[in-house]
Amino acid sequence: MNHLPQAWGRPRDDVYGAYDSSYLQNGGPTQHTQRPIVTGTSVVALKFKDGVVIAADNLASYGSLARFTDVKRLRKFAETSVVGFGGDVSDMQYLDRLLNSLDIQEAYGSSGHTLNAQNLHTYLSKVLYKRRSDFNPLWNQLLVAGLDGESKPFLAAADLLGTTFSSPSLATGYGAHLAQPLLRNVAPDEEAASKLSLEQALEAVKESMKVLFYRDARSMDKYSIAVITKDGIDLKENEQLEKQSWAFADQIRGYGTQVN
Amino acid sequence: MSAMFSQNPLMNGPNYSFNQAPATASGGNTEHSFYPYTDNGGSTLAISGNDFTIIAGDTRSTSGYSINSRYSPKVFKIGGTTSSQDDANLVLSVVGFAADGEALKERLDAIVKMYRYQHGKPMSVKACAQRLSTILYGKRFFPYYVTAILGGLDEEGKGAVYSYDPVGSYEREQCRAAGAAASLIMPFLDNQVNFKNQYIPGSGEGHALQERENIPLPKDEVEDLVKDAFDSAVERHIEVGDGLQMLIITKAGIEEKYLPLKKD
Repeated sequence: MNHLPQAWGRPRDDVYGAYDSSYLQNGGPTQHTQRPIVTGTSVVALKFKDGVVIAADNLASYGSLARFTDVKRLRKFAETSVVGFGGDVSDMQYLDRLLNSLDIQEAYGSSGHTLNAQNLHTYLSKVLYKRRSDFNPLWNQLLVAGLDGESKPFLAAADLLGTTFSSPSLATGYGAHLAQPLLRNVAPDEEAASKLSLEQALEAVKESMKVLFYRDARSMDKYSIAVITKDGIDLKENEQLEKQSWAFADQIRGYGTQVN
Repeated sequence: MSAMFSQNPLMNGPNYSFNQAPATASGGNTEHSFYPYTDNGGSTLAISGNDFTIIAGDTRSTSGYSINSRYSPKVFKIGGTTSSQDDANLVLSVVGFAADGEALKERLDAIVKMYRYQHGKPMSVKACAQRLSTILYGKRFFPYYVTAILGGLDEEGKGAVYSYDPVGSYEREQCRAAGAAASLIMPFLDNQVNFKNQYIPGSGEGHALQERENIPLPKDEVEDLVKDAFDSAVERHIEVGDGLQMLIITKAGIEEKYLPLKKD
């Protein structure tokens, strides 16, 4: 009997021959992320008079399989900002850990200064750009919501390529096609957004989530929504879509079991 | 490695259990599906005059048929002493892949700031132009996917425009259009700034025709040309629109103008 611990649990060499350990070794080049695996869909956000409203559903899909139905895709940072994640969930969890350590590091500083949403967005976009430049991307689309250095509402996006942009309303993934037109209706420019009330902003964002649930096959009716103002963050992680109307469904013609 | 676990010296020869298994993960190289670039559309334009330079760009950012943002500037002041860049004397425009554009802008800005700190004087456009070329060429085999234009006033106070390709080839020019609508704007500029294909009427037949004399244009006329060029580009190119940002460099400093463009 082989008493060496290295051999425990392995097929007996005297019966099966020497173990071909080359089988275990991955001799190929180092592998980087080539595609997202478990994914979250759209994140939508809208600026208003005193802050930002941001929402994302609680679903993580594995291809077309609705794999995890209780995944929180909105993350608070330092009680000042919220990051909404679309794309790969494991990369989201990595970024979450990264932000946790950044948060702790910053809290130990003696300045008493905390990072605002604008600082956070700059940091995240540089992480994402560095990783894409190393051909090892973090497969996410992010929305960062909060307040800037002058305590004015701040909303900006960053993605796996390191591309960044800012707008009175933003939406990732399918949201860019389905929700963004609805949000731009209520806030076509910064001036219009700065006149929106919280109620108007909430209504527009909730309506967007509803439209996304109607038409995005990788979406869910359970979602998280956060309101960020200078008074703090109000994050709700177990909201249910309300007042859906499927009356339009029987009007749809041309596919399914009936043809005409 | 396998010999380490073997009790039986006879068994260290060819083995029978896994001889079908491939030696490496797979035969060929794995296919890479990650492409590190994208095109964010938009267009830029620069014209130099006798004592001024105008650099302009639209403010739309796109990905595919979607509009990311209606206000995402691609014309930047470079090398001021503060983050507001109030005392800058150089302007850089970048169009193409916006993330590379941003990275390039920040690198050049840091370098020009360091130059001012180390030499106690602002960097000349000529020096900055050469430095920008070196930066771009430094990433020759993983380029910044951008078309850059650098503008300022030269040592004699004359307007200077330097244009680049993504890997650092550069040249000083009178005017240059870059980006999505470059092919729409550049011929217009050739005709209206350098008076190409304009001849003095009745001055001769065929090759004997005399070209219209090339004279530098005044600032207000160039401003109008820029507006007309962008209004026309917006009409015919879907990636151009929303807003026009113009930076006008004179010896008095840099003046910024913003005009709305069609948002369709």
